[in-house]
Amino acid sequence: MYLQNKETQGLKAWLKGGEPMIWMNAAAVTVSTLAVIGLLVLLAVRGFSHFWPADVFVADYQLPEQGSAVVMAERVESEEVAIEQLLSAGFALDTDQAFIKRELVKVGNRDVSGADFKWVLSRYLMDTRYPEQAMVVERREWGNFYGFLRGLKRGDELLTDADEQLLWQEFQQSIARAESIHGDIERIEKKEIGAINYRLEKLRLRQRGLELDRAMPAERRAQKQLEIDSERAELDAQYAVLQKQLNALYAQWNRDSFIVETAQGQRREQRVSTVVHAYQPNTMSVLDKIAFYAAKFVEFLTDEPREANTEGGIFPAIFGTVIMVLIMSILVTPFGVIAAVYLREYAKQGLMTRIVRIAVNNLAGVPSIVYGVFGLGFFIYFVGAEIDQALFAEALPSPTFGTPGLLWASVTLALLTLPVVIVATEEGLSRIPHNLREGSLALGATKAETLWRVVLPMTSPAMMTGLILAVARAAGEVAPLMLVGVVKLAPSLPVDGNFPYFHLDQKFMHLGFHIYDVGFQSPNVEAARPLVYATALLLVVIIALLNLSAVALRNHLREKYKSLEM
Amino acid sequence: MTVKIMETNKTATAGHAIDMESLGRVRNERSIHDEDITLTVDNLDLYYGEKQALFDINMSIPRQKVTAFIGPSGCGKSTLLRCFNRMNDLVDSCRVEGGISLDGANIYDRAVDVATLRRRVGMVFQKPNPFPKSIYENVAYGLRIQGVNKKRVLDEVVERSLRGAALWDEVKDRLHDNALGMSGGQQQRLVIARTIAVEPEVLLLDEPASALDPISTLKIEELIYELKDKYTIVIVTHNMQQAARVSDYTAFMYMGKVIEFDNTDTLFTNPNNKQTEDYITGRYG
Repeated sequence: MYLQNKETQGLKAWLKGGEPMIWMNAAAVTVSTLAVIGLLVLLAVRGFSHFWPADVFVADYQLPEQGSAVVMAERVESEEVAIEQLLSAGFALDTDQAFIKRELVKVGNRDVSGADFKWVLSRYLMDTRYPEQAMVVERREWGNFYGFLRGLKRGDELLTDADEQLLWQEFQQSIARAESIHGDIERIEKKEIGAINYRLEKLRLRQRGLELDRAMPAERRAQKQLEIDSERAELDAQYAVLQKQLNALYAQWNRDSFIVETAQGQRREQRVSTVVHAYQPNTMSVLDKIAFYAAKFVEFLTDEPREANTEGGIFPAIFGTVIMVLIMSILVTPFGVIAAVYLREYAKQGLMTRIVRIAVNNLAGVPSIVYGVFGLGFFIYFVGAEIDQALFAEALPSPTFGTPGLLWASVTLALLTLPVVIVATEEGLSRIPHNLREGSLALGATKAETLWRVVLPMTSPAMMTGLILAVARAAGEVAPLMLVGVVKLAPSLPVDGNFPYFHLDQKFMHLGFHIYDVGFQSPNVEAARPLVYATALLLVVIIALLNLSAVALRNHLREKYKSLEM
Repeated sequence: MTVKIMETNKTATAGHAIDMESLGRVRNERSIHDEDITLTVDNLDLYYGEKQALFDINMSIPRQKVTAFIGPSGCGKSTLLRCFNRMNDLVDSCRVEGGISLDGANIYDRAVDVATLRRRVGMVFQKPNPFPKSIYENVAYGLRIQGVNKKRVLDEVVERSLRGAALWDEVKDRLHDNALGMSGGQQQRLVIARTIAVEPEVLLLDEPASALDPISTLKIEELIYELKDKYTIVIVTHNMQQAARVSDYTAFMYMGKVIEFDNTDTLFTNPNNKQTEDYITGRYG
């Protein structure tokens, strides 16, 4: 009887039961999860639809009281717009609806018509058709071209569109041929001539070093000069050979040209060497399109950017981001761990350590741009300049390390993330049971041996936690990088085949900065927008991958040293 | 319920000294003065900051015998035990006056290397504390610290130590499993094996069985009995029965002082001091 006396109804009972709290928690979790999913879905939809080969339509576009024009384009997006707005913009419209649908279409042909995107009002698109021969040509410059293939010139031989099937096949073969020649050209220019240039630059520096070294006896100097001269002569000879090869290749590359006709009837002749892909989307089946999409996506991941970063791939940015984060991790972990070990294990706990700890914690709250300024002022202008004076004097006045670069960006970010690692490691150290340390000490181990053999291995999961947080923060950081080493377009990767293979002094590209650059500094906003979303999603994915690998490592370590839960 | 059981125990022992005959020991009337002495404590005072925890301790620990420290909680038994291998050094505020000598040499001398001392005076703690490593690596730890890395030597020492700790037969097939997968009693014997692997002269046992079940406790006690042939053993225990069962000499401590120190048989059957008698008959503590 007494037991059944519980209030089962009423607001008070409901509050007491904890029910509202549970619902609030559930709601909070739901909102957060939805926010994350929504973010990813938005980025994915906006970004990745860009690579889909949309159908190309041809239509007559006739606005009231204006002449008719032919439009050949692919649809990008559509929206409802208030008629008022259009009327006030000076359109003469013959409708009394409040809203009217308008579409953004990609008309391409920037070299012909000026702009490659255009808003059209759907209502006035007449006689929309999807001709099978409609062709999209993706070019190295000037964006896409939309038109019809009318002929192919192979040297002196001219193929006309009498047999369209054959012409298209020959055109594709010609593109493939040009592409393979282009590969050879790239290889020679980037790898072989690049290597020769690198060695010539080294020679120039040796020459300069010789000039600077006044103490050297004349005999030796003459001998060295001889060595340099002979080496240079050899390199020049090699270069001349390559240059000749290159000229021949260029001639081959530029042999073919093709004739296209725009929807408006203009005929143009263009070189096949300017083409990246050509395809006829209206004839492609869904499977073809999927294959095309996959190829485009792979290209996006593995290629270098073209056309002020609005076309091509983002591989250098991915590479730069990953390599910078790795170098930062290698730098920050030992420093953070050593600092934490000293603070927790060796320093006398008192006012001083308290102040240091507060300072470390506050350091984590300093805005990142401030670190960028510090990196520029201290690392680059001071440390870098000193290094140049001491080690790279022959290259002066052009700086080697006294200028923003990969090393300084990594060091700056390491400094930025140091507090996180220190705090996490200290936390981990404090959680190692006291009796384990005593056990080790009682066996005759010194404090250092105990730390090294028992305490630090057991702290490693906590260090990994610190590193995970550090990586998450560093990979997403952009502001300080703009000051200490990131550029819009880096001519080469910081890792290549030239000794010493790792070029820490080079500038590099970064996904975060790439987003900013493509999104806000690009001359072609419409073309760049999908890339912004795609790059953003990729950045998220890469950070997640870096983190997941660190988490996997941490879980492995946790499993190994699980006595903490004892 | 728990409370009741404890009360029953108390009534059973209250008013009676422990029945030494029933423990099956051979009665021993030797005096400490006939023994070969390993450790000597001279006028030892110990302070935690301002608070004095040990008062003017004087005692001698006989070689290859078991010496037990008994007394109520907080009486300083563990503190005294930890003086023998200078574990108290780890406590910042701790200060020791007076001295302890091991085979005639003062262990609190400036020139003493604490690590070497602890190798000679090993210690086993109340709670089993194996390292999160394999059974093998736990036992080999002390040797690896000393720079011994030869597999043959380590194999031999690991086997000998595990046999010495009566653990070999239970773990010989899983030497490379994580030590944390063992039962509490096994873990404690592993810790003993780990300690005897470095061949200390003295073994300090700080309530080694208090966290274990009765069967494991029994095994540890049997092990102590076997180990005393080779090692000088000092054991701190709450359990008077245990002290009576395993030790040759017993010190009764109270409030940081050694009240009485004597041959175990004498102390339990015929204590000199009223406080000792009260304690062992369960009148307080």
